[in-house]
Amino acid sequence: MNTLMKIKYNLGSASQIPPGEGREYNIAGRRIAVFHARNGQLYATQALCPHREGPLVDGLLGGSTLLCPLHAWKFELASGKAIMGDCDLLTYEVERSSLDEVLIAL
Amino acid sequence: MSHKQKLVVVGNGMAGARTVEEIIARGGSEQFDITMFGDEPYGNYNRILLSNVLNGSQDALDIFLNPLEWYQENDVTLEAGVRIAAIDRGAKCVLREDGAIEPYDKLIIATGSRAFVPPVAGLTTSQGGDKHGVFVFRTIDDCHKIAGYATKSRRAAVIGGGLLGLEAARGLLNYGVEVHVIHLGKHLMENQLDAPSGAILRNIMEKMGVHVHLGMSTAEILGDDCVTGLRFKDDTTLDCDMIVISAGIRPNAEIGRECGLTMERALVVDDQMRSVDDPDVFIVGECAQHRGRVYGLVAPLWEQGQVLADVITGRNPSACYHGSKLATKLKVMGVELASMGITEPQSENDEVVQFSEPKRGTYKKLIIRDGVLVGAILLGDLSKAPSLMQSFDRGSALPEERMTMLFDIGNATPSLTMLEMPDTTQICNCNGVSKGAIRKCVEGGKRNLKMVMDSTRAGMGCGSCKQLVKEVVEWVCDGQMEEDPSIHYYVPGVPLAKAELISAIVSANLRSVSSVFRDLAGGVEDVSSKMGLASLLKTVWGADYEDERDARFINDRVHANIQKDATFSVVPRMYGGVTSPSELRRIADVADKYSIPMVKVTGGQRIDLLGVKKEDLPAVWRELDMPSGHAYAKSFRTCKTCVGTEFCRFGVGDSTGLGIKIERRFQGIESPGKMKLATAGCPRNCSEAMVKDLGAVAVEGGKWEIYVGGAAGAHIRKGDILCVVESHDEVLLYMGRFMQYYRENAKYLERTYGFVERIGMDKIRSIVVDDSEGTADRLDAAIQGAVDAYVDPWLEAVAPATANQFNTVLNMVSA
Repeated sequence: MNTLMKIKYNLGSASQIPPGEGREYNIAGRRIAVFHARNGQLYATQALCPHREGPLVDGLLGGSTLLCPLHAWKFELASGKAIMGDCDLLTYEVERSSLDEVLIAL
Repeated sequence: MSHKQKLVVVGNGMAGARTVEEIIARGGSEQFDITMFGDEPYGNYNRILLSNVLNGSQDALDIFLNPLEWYQENDVTLEAGVRIAAIDRGAKCVLREDGAIEPYDKLIIATGSRAFVPPVAGLTTSQGGDKHGVFVFRTIDDCHKIAGYATKSRRAAVIGGGLLGLEAARGLLNYGVEVHVIHLGKHLMENQLDAPSGAILRNIMEKMGVHVHLGMSTAEILGDDCVTGLRFKDDTTLDCDMIVISAGIRPNAEIGRECGLTMERALVVDDQMRSVDDPDVFIVGECAQHRGRVYGLVAPLWEQGQVLADVITGRNPSACYHGSKLATKLKVMGVELASMGITEPQSENDEVVQFSEPKRGTYKKLIIRDGVLVGAILLGDLSKAPSLMQSFDRGSALPEERMTMLFDIGNATPSLTMLEMPDTTQICNCNGVSKGAIRKCVEGGKRNLKMVMDSTRAGMGCGSCKQLVKEVVEWVCDGQMEEDPSIHYYVPGVPLAKAELISAIVSANLRSVSSVFRDLAGGVEDVSSKMGLASLLKTVWGADYEDERDARFINDRVHANIQKDATFSVVPRMYGGVTSPSELRRIADVADKYSIPMVKVTGGQRIDLLGVKKEDLPAVWRELDMPSGHAYAKSFRTCKTCVGTEFCRFGVGDSTGLGIKIERRFQGIESPGKMKLATAGCPRNCSEAMVKDLGAVAVEGGKWEIYVGGAAGAHIRKGDILCVVESHDEVLLYMGRFMQYYRENAKYLERTYGFVERIGMDKIRSIVVDDSEGTADRLDAAIQGAVDAYVDPWLEAVAPATANQFNTVLNMVSA
């Protein structure tokens, strides 16, 4: 997989995701969480918490830190590192286009 | 020759050796050639454990702290068994007893103290020689001599009923000797105990076979070559063939006085542990007098040694010793004992809290002055010792309910002491955290409760074990806990306590969570602070609060309770738990239509629809056509009722009608923690109103008792009666006023049971009922404002608050 070229997907307008929240996308059969921080920064990670599969997009976002809604595992979204909990998240490259669209590379 | 300075240490006991360890730890070996003199021919041993050597539970070899190899390994020259006869400060050298001279650049005097032998007749033989059978108890050699003599002795008298004397008595019992303790004072261990606890200890000792004689002053030791008995000042006598004198200690300060150092009760030092007379001479331990005090316990030695080492090595030349507060934990004759500060109140204003159960050997006493712990005695049960020692040492604020300082109330009480509790014991039953995991975490450097909780997750489930987690942390830290300033903050991310935070919010007119982070937290958006701030802002601003949905927990964003599989539970409001056939039909239809997997009655007398998909929430609400029951929020939840006077043959008040009124008035009101209510139509309390956050119980005569601060969840507590009133309207008035006071003054997530204990019921009653602060009208108006601001959140089914509020998964546009 790593040797293959990554494909870029257009997820549509960033305004679909309220500021400070996250939403999930189904991209080529993969569940990806995209977060829209209050400062405009976008983050993309796996959709489910590695602990008990909590829906991360329903978590609480502060800066680049996310709290899982089920048992409050805590992650740093840019790196995916677990701050509280013992397993990290997969992260994906995500950017905002000039038309305010969310572009993600998988 | 060496370029190093020469450091001479006179004294090789616990103070001297520990200080040298501290100096070496600061790189002192690079600066100093160190020579130590000790008049005992050994390395440094733990004098505290001598009693174990005497009673045979430990071998003498096992109590060495610094065996001879330690000195070699650390390049310290030890002259064991060499006494120093004099100090010549002019020539900067010490004179050994064998006549040799040892020069120094810096000198440390750590000569400690010796046993005090009171001036009684017959201490020696008539020729002035040693009388057989007379001993002091201070060194390893003393220990061996006592043990050797005791084996052929039949009856021993110990002079002195202090700690050391009792330890000697305990040791002597093991040799089959009949032991008598002769004590001048009115009760045992006057330095650590008061009269009642001294009496309990005496009782325990006598049961073990030790005879205790109080108020007895020894006049003469009888016998010519060998001891045959004691004669007392009242001319009574006691036959015995062996005597151990343990009547206190005296500092070995003469060597300092003779070379011109200031001596009062001991050699006087400044805050750097330096002699007040000579900048090159330091004094540490029991021979030092600091700010008028001479210490005879081990903890102050450690603190003094650290300061001395900081200063002498130049690591921190201005390090300061400020004196020690004396707190000790001891085991006397198998009895556990903790003592700190004073043992008796010293003025009428000193507050004394006491518990005594002599039959079980349990005694607890606290002395509080101006809200700070200044003294404590614990005998028999030391479970509260760690937290008390910390309060004592820090002078920290004490719980209003003093009883909780003596006992664990309402918590699962650990049946074992911390020491006995095995590492495998599960402390946090929600997250499965063992005592061993907490211990490792603390030992790994996380030295306060919050850091340990963050790291292990202990105490972060239901929270009922938090006190126990705290005790484990305190026990492992052994008084070395780090202060965590954020415990005083309302939320961890904004460095302000609740009252200051509210006034900052009001004066800067901050109406949204993001504006608080911007203006009061340096722009840092702390995820753990968002929900608490949202709750507070809603309380402060009511309808004028600027709602930002991302500051809410998911439950409050979609007005339902998230479940383990990411579905939600839906609980419609049924005022007072009363429903109707048509409501039940609608509920049944909705459950069928949306294939809701479970329909269940809740603990709060409601119907719960479990397993609803987020996308279905708006439609489910619309079709139920009932308002939100708020079964997900930190807010007013429900008011349980019994059938009261309407059907029940025992009811004395209309509890159903009252419950419905309460629920219609206070539904959805946000609060720091959830509020669960109930009304009961008679004192049978079928609806459990006495263990609710707020409850009303009808009593004969048309009256209602209002209870607050009850709990029956992870924590169990019967509520306190706030007041007794005569009408439904008055119940609504006082409940509303209490709620508003709680909303304004509780910490985030602090339930009413914790709140009333922290504030104290007397204060709450005076403010809420008697209006002692003239705030009643304002509180009433504020709660009325919150009532008026109520909007059923399920109306968002028709008008969503944010884009895609109920959509978890969005569709992408293209690849």
